[in-house]
Amino acid sequence: MHLYNLTLSPPSAATVAVAGQFSGTRKQEIVVCRGGCKLELLRPDTTVSGKAHAIFEQHTFGVVRSLASFRLTGGSKDYLIVGSDSGRITIAELDVKANAFVVVHQETFGRSGSRRIVPGQYIATDPKGRAAMIGAMEKSKLVYILNRDAAANLTISSPLEAHKPNAIIHALVGLDVGYENPTFAALEVDYEEADRDSTGEAAEATQKLLTYYELDLGLNHVVRRWSSPVEKTANHLVQVPGGYNQNTERWEGPGGVLVCSEDYITYKHSVGEEHRVPMPRRLNPLDDNGASSSSSAPRRGNIVVSSVCHRMKNAFFFLLQNEDGDLFKLTIDHQDEDVRALKIKYFDTVPLASSLVILRAGFLFVAAEFGGSALYSFQKLGDDDEVPTYSSADLPELGMTEVKVEPPTFTPRPLDNLLLTDDLPALDPILDAKVLNLLGGDTPQIFTLCGRGPRSTFKMLQHGLEVQEAVSSDLPGIPNAIWTTKLSEQDEYDSYIVLSFVNGTLVLSIGETIEEVSDSGFLTSAPTLAVQQLGASALLQVHPKGIRHIMADRRVVEWAAPPMPDGEQTSIVAAATNSRQVVVALAPTNEIVYFEQDLDGQLNEYQERKSMGAPIVALSIGDVPQGRQRTPYLAVGCEDQTVRIVSLDPESTLSPISIQALTAPPHSICIAEMQDVTVDRNHPTLFVNIGLKNGVLLRTVLDPISGQLTDTRTRFLGAKPVRLVRIKLQGGAPAVLALSSRPWLNYAHQARTHFTPLCFDALDHAWTFSAEMCPDGLIGIVGGSLRIFTVPTLGTKLKADSVALSYTPRRMVAHPDGSGLFYIAEADHRTLSPSEKEKRIASLTREPKVGERGVLDLDPVEFGPLRAEAGNWASCIRVVDAKARETTHVVELEGNEAAFNVALVPFANSIDPTTGQPEIFLIVSSARAATVTPRSHAQAFLTTYRLVAGSNGRTLELLHKTEVDDVALALRPFQGRLLAGVGKALRIYDLGKKKLLRKVENRNFPTAIVALDTQGPTRIVVGDAQESTFFVSYKAGMTTGVAAGDPAGQQPRLVIFADDTVPRWISGASAMLMLDYDTVIAGDKFGNVFVNRVPSQASHDVDEDPTGLTVLHEKPFLQGAPTKCELLAHFHVGDVVTSLQRAALSPGGREAVVYTCLGGTVGVLVPFASREDVEMLSTLEMHMRTTSPSSSSSGPSATAPGSASCSLVGRDHLAYRGSYVPVKACVDGDLCETFGLLAHQRQAGIAEGLEGERTPADVNKKLEALRIGSAF
Amino acid sequence: MLTKADTLRLLLLFSPLLSMSDSAELKYTSNQQLEHLHARYVGTIHPDITKHEWLVHQHRDTAASIVGHPMLHSFIALAEGESKARVAAGLKEKMMMPCGPRPEMGE
Repeated sequence: MHLYNLTLSPPSAATVAVAGQFSGTRKQEIVVCRGGCKLELLRPDTTVSGKAHAIFEQHTFGVVRSLASFRLTGGSKDYLIVGSDSGRITIAELDVKANAFVVVHQETFGRSGSRRIVPGQYIATDPKGRAAMIGAMEKSKLVYILNRDAAANLTISSPLEAHKPNAIIHALVGLDVGYENPTFAALEVDYEEADRDSTGEAAEATQKLLTYYELDLGLNHVVRRWSSPVEKTANHLVQVPGGYNQNTERWEGPGGVLVCSEDYITYKHSVGEEHRVPMPRRLNPLDDNGASSSSSAPRRGNIVVSSVCHRMKNAFFFLLQNEDGDLFKLTIDHQDEDVRALKIKYFDTVPLASSLVILRAGFLFVAAEFGGSALYSFQKLGDDDEVPTYSSADLPELGMTEVKVEPPTFTPRPLDNLLLTDDLPALDPILDAKVLNLLGGDTPQIFTLCGRGPRSTFKMLQHGLEVQEAVSSDLPGIPNAIWTTKLSEQDEYDSYIVLSFVNGTLVLSIGETIEEVSDSGFLTSAPTLAVQQLGASALLQVHPKGIRHIMADRRVVEWAAPPMPDGEQTSIVAAATNSRQVVVALAPTNEIVYFEQDLDGQLNEYQERKSMGAPIVALSIGDVPQGRQRTPYLAVGCEDQTVRIVSLDPESTLSPISIQALTAPPHSICIAEMQDVTVDRNHPTLFVNIGLKNGVLLRTVLDPISGQLTDTRTRFLGAKPVRLVRIKLQGGAPAVLALSSRPWLNYAHQARTHFTPLCFDALDHAWTFSAEMCPDGLIGIVGGSLRIFTVPTLGTKLKADSVALSYTPRRMVAHPDGSGLFYIAEADHRTLSPSEKEKRIASLTREPKVGERGVLDLDPVEFGPLRAEAGNWASCIRVVDAKARETTHVVELEGNEAAFNVALVPFANSIDPTTGQPEIFLIVSSARAATVTPRSHAQAFLTTYRLVAGSNGRTLELLHKTEVDDVALALRPFQGRLLAGVGKALRIYDLGKKKLLRKVENRNFPTAIVALDTQGPTRIVVGDAQESTFFVSYKAGMTTGVAAGDPAGQQPRLVIFADDTVPRWISGASAMLMLDYDTVIAGDKFGNVFVNRVPSQASHDVDEDPTGLTVLHEKPFLQGAPTKCELLAHFHVGDVVTSLQRAALSPGGREAVVYTCLGGTVGVLVPFASREDVEMLSTLEMHMRTTSPSSSSSGPSATAPGSASCSLVGRDHLAYRGSYVPVKACVDGDLCETFGLLAHQRQAGIAEGLEGERTPADVNKKLEALRIGSAF
Repeated sequence: MLTKADTLRLLLLFSPLLSMSDSAELKYTSNQQLEHLHARYVGTIHPDITKHEWLVHQHRDTAASIVGHPMLHSFIALAEGESKARVAAGLKEKMMMPCGPRPEMGE
């Protein structure tokens, strides 16, 4: 077995983000690291819309741990420094032309991998861009000096060590010292003493130190300049502007750092006084000790999770975010170098960020830790409002008292200073997913549980682009075609809508309302074949009897279809037009007539007509290229299953150039020019799209010089003949709409062509629609109704429809009857449930008054949940109707009980009398007062709910509750009973009157059972939390035969007959799937996917043995089961796999394993169909690994040593994909697909090296075929 | 068959003898080199390591690895119901003394 890994939807989790002028213009861009492995460049539109546009996304094939940007003094372009797991520092710059980051410098300093003493975790830069420090979690810090050589190229020095042995580094930041020696500040703890001391006193006495490391530029040496103890809880450092500005002759700021610790912000510097302000905390009446008994533990302080400094011309301020998502504005009053006061005030509340970025144009980008990132615009800076400001100057000893000041309280309020301008869609974290076809289309949908806490959602993902419908209105009849047209070339918007019916034409004018026009000059008594705005201000209508040329002054010139020599009238059957050329096809003579507009605006017929020899069904010409008189090629589709390219060049008008045979008669042709880097990097490519009668679309490339058709790609679109329309999208970008049983859109995005269905009704015909109210719209007809719609976001492949949830979803199960009902277990740790909240309020000495309720009445979606100590849970069971997108029933759990898993079990001993089928019950596993580390709980339950009969399962009713000894993390139905992994025990339960009844048990699992899958009457696969997969056989026990006499033989049992030799930490209940009777695929917590198989002999033997006693008494091998699984495939996805499922995602496609990951990745593992494919793709992958995508482009990257790697961060691809276990039998499709982005020469070089001497087009075609063969 | 630990112990046993031979200097430097390497590559174990020391190394490596792998970090944060920053701060704090103070030594 060989697998091919493809990402369908890239990870969305923003792990770190930085801003900079990477393009070298004044415009600021944001680089976001997605899922810890992909870099995405966002270019926010700061002038009009306030939307952040994604420009490109680049896979680094490594783990990106930190990012920083810097600019050399006097430069205008920012460089990006990437800290990764490659053991190298990477300095990259943006190649605007190639739309990618390219390596400028890559210096190796240590081993690869995210290790504790290999730098990469922290990067700090000098604000003047003179040096950068890269630090590890422990000990190692390296300083690189950055400079410019004579040719103004960036240079990097050899590393200078600033190591401190036995020190754990908590934070690292560059100080702003102006033009003095670059200095870095680190927050360090030395553990040497603590390690030696056995009493624990030394550990107690160890201080956390803030240490300055100064780079002496003269001596080329790093010295430890200053060290000072800080609070023990300090976790974050913020750079404070400083340095003397010679131009303005004043100090930019006091310099130094802000040390953020629990609840307090301290200003520190090697000179001057220290200041400390408390960080206000949310007013929570339940926090006040005494009243509530359960919250007797001291309140935990709040830490700063992210921060950003914004510098304006004469001032600067900081925004600090705490764990609740509250932003605080911190300002520093200073006199030259001396700090006068540190002032803090509440600013606004935004989602919890992994990074905050402020753009000069007045925008705040919040790279959310989980869920969608957002862009906000500053409405004001919170200067003149009533929110109190707390200043260190008002505190005794500037706040530096031994006993700290109690933090003041505040009540969060809705956004006041910020305004949300863009909400970037994100899927992360995906906690569970099911692939099902509930909508009855030709492809299934992916149902996912996304998000965290109150912002969680249940999402239905459909392959397709989202469509927003603006207008839908009924028409008097059923039209067969629609056009819109302007009146003259200069018009901004369309004026007419032309509808063609079987026996007539209707012309509507677009204005305030849409109404019929009678004096348009169009012939309304016949159907229309084509409408075109011709030349400067003329209109053209092609109808079966002729061509009508309507001049600007409403003069009409008519050209009538000529009679044949025998007097029979010919008629026009097909037409193709552009703004200067008109081609029509006549029947039954099968002739082509060609017209061209001359300089006077007259249409002139070419003197000859050309017979094609077969009935013509379709014609197409491209738009007139910029600065040209005409387009030189005409595509003609004939009934004899051919498409011919005919010249329109004056030298050789209507002479045939090339011919392409088809597999079915064509239905429609469309020539369109689109940018696709995989075909041509610099120019748009002319594509001939051919829609066949059998629903297949062919896309060929038309060679602009020779007119030959090359590189044919085929794709099955649907059951109906394919009708093609050339349209214009946002900004006039050309696109092709292919209409079959679903509408598909072929468009260019980020310089690659995409082919995606629209999530919309099956359109019969469509056209571009541009009006004042809807400038970039489309208009279409569906049966007898007219639709105006837009496609708002391009580039996405999945359309998501959401249902809001209350808490972090854990697991879901779909009703087996396909009714679209999902049962979801939701639970949030460290959160007060509504019932617990009421209980605590009731236990207060007095009911809090309206002004004192603080956080009690906040909307959790906006402000986050009500936090509590560990062991407090808010949880519920929810029934969601996915088709209606609504919640039908919620069961809130009380008493700190948290639901972890759900299963629908048809119990064989409870037959539904109405249907005669086993009745289905919902089993919920839960625990009370559970904590995650260490794994503990007060009580654990298996709760049985009956699906209320009258509601078809839309509501639940509690049947009974069974207490169990551990949390049942894995549940599933098995042979009319419940199979449950309860802690270390695998059990089978049957339904009883008052409880679930334990029937069979096996307690021999090492850690905890987290996943279960079964096939057939006996085969069970168990996934352990740490020890990989176990193959188990269920033996019901003999009641007849030889063994029946033996009491041991009568006993039913679960027999482990095979296990694994490698510890693999299975990540969850959905992350394991049986591929066949002997094979299982599973994902682990470290981002790997692996396939295990039991040897067929062992599998056979265990099934032959009726009692299981043979296996039971067999000699254990390697302290485990007698047989070991073989590893068939192993691959490091790079993201924690949360669910695995088999499905065919494309119409008529092959089945593949669909996986979803925590970071929002959706991908597939496609099994290769043939040996040749495996060999070809493996060879291609091998070549791609050693090919740097940037090495071909000339420029600074050519100087980078050792950059012959596909990875931007310099990680060896094979080592990355084999981070934990060497990659086995799996080809990385994501890497192979970057083939198309290489320069053409390199593509040709690699293609030649493949077996069978292929061309780049062959390779690209193969890659596309592999993708669309089972996915999209 | 001698294990690595045995070889080292033997070498140490014979070190007085070695010191009288020509290779005395060599021995001394190689030992120093070993120490130097241990100081340089933190986390490398040696034959005389105690169970506690080994565990401390394991825990520190694990904590650093969790913080260094963004998605694993998210996974822990989700399970714990904490922010990623709090998880990272907690792990770094724990790296100081992950397994409690070291036990009293017999010698």
